[in-house]
Amino acid sequence: MIWLDTVIQGILLGGLYALFAAGLSLVFGIMRLVNLAHGDLIVLAAYLILIIVTALGLSPFTAALVAAPIMFAAGWTLQRVVLNHVLGDDILPPLLVTFGLSIVLQNALLETASADSRRLSVGGLETASLALGPVNVGVLPLLTFASAVAVIFALSHIIRHTRLGRAFRATSDDPAAAELMGVRPRRVFAAATALAMVVVTVAALYLGARANFDPAIGPARLIYAFEAVIIGGLGSLWGTLLGGVIIGVAQTVGGALNPEWQILAGHLAFLVVLLLRPRGLLPRAVD
Amino acid sequence: MRYAVRTRTRASRVAGVVAVVLLAVAVVLPAFAGRALVQDLFFILTMLVLAQWWNLLAGYGGMVSIGQQAFVGVGAYALFGAVILWGVDPLPALLLSGLAALAFAVPAAFFAFRLQGAYFAVATWVIAEVARLSFAQWKQVGGGTGTSLPRDAAKNMWLVEPVKSLFDVKTSAARDIIAYWLALVLLVVTVGGIYWLLRRRHGLALAAVRDNLEAARSVGVDAGAVRWIVFLAAGFATGIAGGLIHLQNARISPDAAFSVIDWTALVIFIVVIGGIGTIEGPVVGVIVFFVLRSLLADFGAWYLIILGMIGIAVMLFAPRGLWGFLGDRTGVQLFPVRRRLVPLVRRGQRRIQ
Repeated sequence: MIWLDTVIQGILLGGLYALFAAGLSLVFGIMRLVNLAHGDLIVLAAYLILIIVTALGLSPFTAALVAAPIMFAAGWTLQRVVLNHVLGDDILPPLLVTFGLSIVLQNALLETASADSRRLSVGGLETASLALGPVNVGVLPLLTFASAVAVIFALSHIIRHTRLGRAFRATSDDPAAAELMGVRPRRVFAAATALAMVVVTVAALYLGARANFDPAIGPARLIYAFEAVIIGGLGSLWGTLLGGVIIGVAQTVGGALNPEWQILAGHLAFLVVLLLRPRGLLPRAVD
Repeated sequence: MRYAVRTRTRASRVAGVVAVVLLAVAVVLPAFAGRALVQDLFFILTMLVLAQWWNLLAGYGGMVSIGQQAFVGVGAYALFGAVILWGVDPLPALLLSGLAALAFAVPAAFFAFRLQGAYFAVATWVIAEVARLSFAQWKQVGGGTGTSLPRDAAKNMWLVEPVKSLFDVKTSAARDIIAYWLALVLLVVTVGGIYWLLRRRHGLALAAVRDNLEAARSVGVDAGAVRWIVFLAAGFATGIAGGLIHLQNARISPDAAFSVIDWTALVIFIVVIGGIGTIEGPVVGVIVFFVLRSLLADFGAWYLIILGMIGIAVMLFAPRGLWGFLGDRTGVQLFPVRRRLVPLVRRGQRRIQ
C-alpha cells in the first residue's frame, strides 16, 4: 500500500512539473526558443505573488490573479525588447541571452529578496487531505494536478480553436508564409511569451504554496520542465503532462528507496527515455 | 600565375614573437612575484583554458554546452579519489583527471548527441547534474560536504622540495607556484593544440559543420566524427583543468566542483564578451572579466548581475564580441585561420596550380 501511495504522490507531483513545463513547451513549439531563464521566471513570479500577498493582504490565489496580468506584460516586453532581436537560424544568441538573463534574475532576486527561503501560506489547505479509497491524498497536490490539466486543456483549446491559436500554428510552421497572410510574427511571438508567463504565474503559485523557495532554485525547475518536455515529445502539450508525471513518479519512488536518490532518479528516468525513445513518447513536431 | 594558400599574416608573426616573450616572462615570474599575484595569474590561466575549450565546442563546433562543470568536477574527483584512496602523488594524478573526464565524456556525448541545438545544451546540464548528485554519494571523498586534500600528500608532492629551496618559500606557496606553471603548460598546449587543429583539414571541417551541416556532409565531411573528436578532447582538457584547480585549492565539494556558475556561466561570459569563434576572443574576455571581478569584488551579487547584463548587451549589439568588433575594423588577426589565396612571388612556397 505504501507503494501505491508513493506512486500517487509522484503522479500528483508530476502535475507541478507539467505546470513548470507547459510555458516552456508553448514557447518552444511556436518559435523554437528554449528559454533558459524559464525556471528563474517562475521564481520571480513566486516573489511577485509573495509581494502582493504581503502588501495587499490577499490570499495567494487572489494574489496570483493580480500577478498574472503583470507577468503577461513582462513576458510581452521581454519578447519585444530582447528575445525578438536574437531569434534566427543561429541558436547561439537566444541560448546565451536567456542564460545571461537567468544569472541576472537569480542574483537580482538574491540582492533584493536575500537568500532566505520563503513560502506562500495557504492556511489549512497545506495540510488538508482527502481519503481516496485506501490512500490519503493531499488537497493541495490534487489541486495542482487539476490545475495542470486545466492549463494544458486551455492551451490546447487556444491553439486549436482560436484566431490567436491559428496564428501560433501558422507561425510555427512557416513564419515567412504566415507573414504573407497578414500575421505579424513578432507580435505572435510576444503573445506566446506573454501567455507562457501567465502559465508561469500559475506554476509559481503552486511552487510557493507546496514548498519553500529561494532565489537559487530556478535552474533545477528549468531542468525538470525541460525533462518533461523531452520525455513527452516536442510540441505535444499532453505529452508534456505525461513527461511531468514520469519525472514525478521516478522522483518519489527514488526518494522512497533513499532520500538522497530522489532528484537523481528523476534525471535517470529522463536519460533512459532519451536512450530508448530519443524523440519522446508522444512526438508531434518534427525538429 | 601561381598561387599559394596562406594563413599567416604580419600581425600573426608579431603576435607569435610577443607570445614567446610573454611566455618566457611568465615562466620566470614566480622568482619575483608575490603569492597573491601568482594565485591571480593561476586563476586567469585556468579560466582561459576552460574558455578556449568551451569556445572550440560552441564557437567552432556549434555545440553549446552548459555542462562543462561535469568535466571539471569529474577531473577534480578523480584526482582526490586517486590521492586519498590509492595514495597516488597529486601531480601524476592530474593525468587521471584527464582520463576520467575523457571516460565520462564518452557516455555523455552518446546521450547529448541524440539532441540538437538548445536541447543539446540542456542535456549537457542534466548530465552534469547527474554527475554532481552521484559524486555527492561517494562517502570516501567526503560525500555531500566534501573534503580536503590530505596534508601529507600536499606536502610531499613532487617538485615541492626543489621549488621550496629554489625560491625560498613555504610549502603552500610552492604548491601555488607548481600549479601556476602547470596551468601555463596547459594553456600553451591548449592554445597551440586548438590553433593547430583549426589550421588543419579538421578545423575547416569543423567550421563547415557549424555553418551548414547538410552542405558540409554533401562535400564529404564526416560531421559525426569531427564532433566526437572535439567533444572528447574538450572533456579531457577540461578534466585536467578541473583537477589542477582543485589541487591548487586543496579542497573539494560536489557543489563547488560541479558549479554551473563558476565553470560554465563565467566561462561563457568570458567567451561571449571577448568574441566567440576566435582564439583571441577568450584572451580579451578573460582580461575584461578579471578587471570586472577585481572592481566589483565588494559588491556581492552585483558582480554577476553586471557581468550577465554585459553578456546580454554584447550578444544583442555586438554578437561577435569585443575582439570581433575590433577585428572587423582593423582586420588584425593574431591567430589567423582564414585561408587566403595569394599570388606567388617567391620560390619555395607550397604551390597550387
